[in-house]
Amino acid sequence: MSRFLDTFFNGPVFERYLPAILHGMVVTIEIAVVVVITGILLGLVLAVVRAFRVLAINALIVVFVDVLRALPPLVLILLVYFGLPNVGVNVPSFAVLWLVLSLVLAAFAEEIFWAGILSIPKGQWEAARSTGLTFLATLVHVVLPQAVRLAVPPLTNRTIAITKNAALGTVIGVSEILNQATAAQSFSGNATPLMMGAIAYLILFVPVVALGRFLETRFAWRRA
Amino acid sequence: MPDEKPPILDIRGLRKTFGATEVLHGIDLAVQAQELVFVIGPSGSGKSTLLRCCNRLEEPSAGSIRVDGADIMARSTDINAMRRQIGMVFQSFNLYPHLTALRNVTLALAKVLGKPRAEAERIGLAALDRVGLADKAKAYPSELSGGQQQRVAIARALALEPKIMLFDEPTSALDPELVGSVLAVMRDLKRGGMTMLVVSHEMRFARDAADRVIFMDHGRIVEEGPPQRMFSAPSQARTLAFIAELTR
Repeated sequence: MSRFLDTFFNGPVFERYLPAILHGMVVTIEIAVVVVITGILLGLVLAVVRAFRVLAINALIVVFVDVLRALPPLVLILLVYFGLPNVGVNVPSFAVLWLVLSLVLAAFAEEIFWAGILSIPKGQWEAARSTGLTFLATLVHVVLPQAVRLAVPPLTNRTIAITKNAALGTVIGVSEILNQATAAQSFSGNATPLMMGAIAYLILFVPVVALGRFLETRFAWRRA
Repeated sequence: MPDEKPPILDIRGLRKTFGATEVLHGIDLAVQAQELVFVIGPSGSGKSTLLRCCNRLEEPSAGSIRVDGADIMARSTDINAMRRQIGMVFQSFNLYPHLTALRNVTLALAKVLGKPRAEAERIGLAALDRVGLADKAKAYPSELSGGQQQRVAIARALALEPKIMLFDEPTSALDPELVGSVLAVMRDLKRGGMTMLVVSHEMRFARDAADRVIFMDHGRIVEEGPPQRMFSAPSQARTLAFIAELTR
């Protein structure tokens, strides 16, 4: 028992590496926030563009979405981080992580928003168009407000799943939680930093999961 | 109808095909200002399609449609500007569920006509008042009965001061006890001089309020006339059979 505590809950190790883990938490929060903003916005923009049903553009969107959803994010991260310097483009590791996770989230978000748009009854479009609203005005004022509400529960789940992938940044040296924890673990030869990392993730993501649960009930939509 | 004034709605040779099927085989119909024209006919006769062609929710395949003299099919016509002059009321109400009754009415006032918020709300409340629902301005559609929802939908169309209103089976989705309130609003519109083209099966309402009844079958106008004659002594056997079926 004491050996177990010594390995996972070692006091001195905890104190020594706490600042590093806290720094990792800040970096993880930074990544999560920027990824959520750019990923969801890009996904929404793509879904809106898709609503115009221009065949060639929609084919491109579908290819983008399917490729990004099919590839493991780690593959993309490595490909971009180790591939781009070979063509003379040096992108900082934080930016690579931001870019890749944003694109992945955008792909899933686009599909979720698109499903929402499709589920709005045709009568809503017809009613709005019959009062003289343009296609875009109908989309913005009538269809999207309803579609976004429908999208909130699945989008929350998907967003949590993808922002957790910030941990993948460790393989390209982004100093987020897992990166700090593994470094500390190898210096100290003790698993306590990893346990600290796990706890740090819980501290960050349990509230987010709870928020997701709240949003799901809040946005449960009474349909007329 | 001897009238030197041009009709508000003038449909000539209207044809509509879906794929290989022609559902309207050349419709000619003129609706004069302040006239209430009632369209009856069996389901699949093309009466809803006829109505939906009038504001190009369905794209006509051939023929011409003029609203107050303007050709709504012309390439130079701004269809959105045209549509706000043609009010439409749907069988399934189609209120926006995420907006209050008042916002349902003011959306087009604000976004199409560019009215400032205060003015849009004043017009919206007046329209709701005309359908007897000023006190429900803040209610969401899900909090209203079907009859109230349809009256809000009428107010939504009315607020834009259309030159003609199209009603596509406005009471078909309503419980019988709620039909009367909607018909009362339509009667009131008629008294106020609104030009109306109504697809409906409410025979008693047609008898009381319609100036003219059109019987459609298989994409053609079979016969038309004043309601008294159409319901008691139609000249066509098909009309007689349909009316007998309805009043059975």
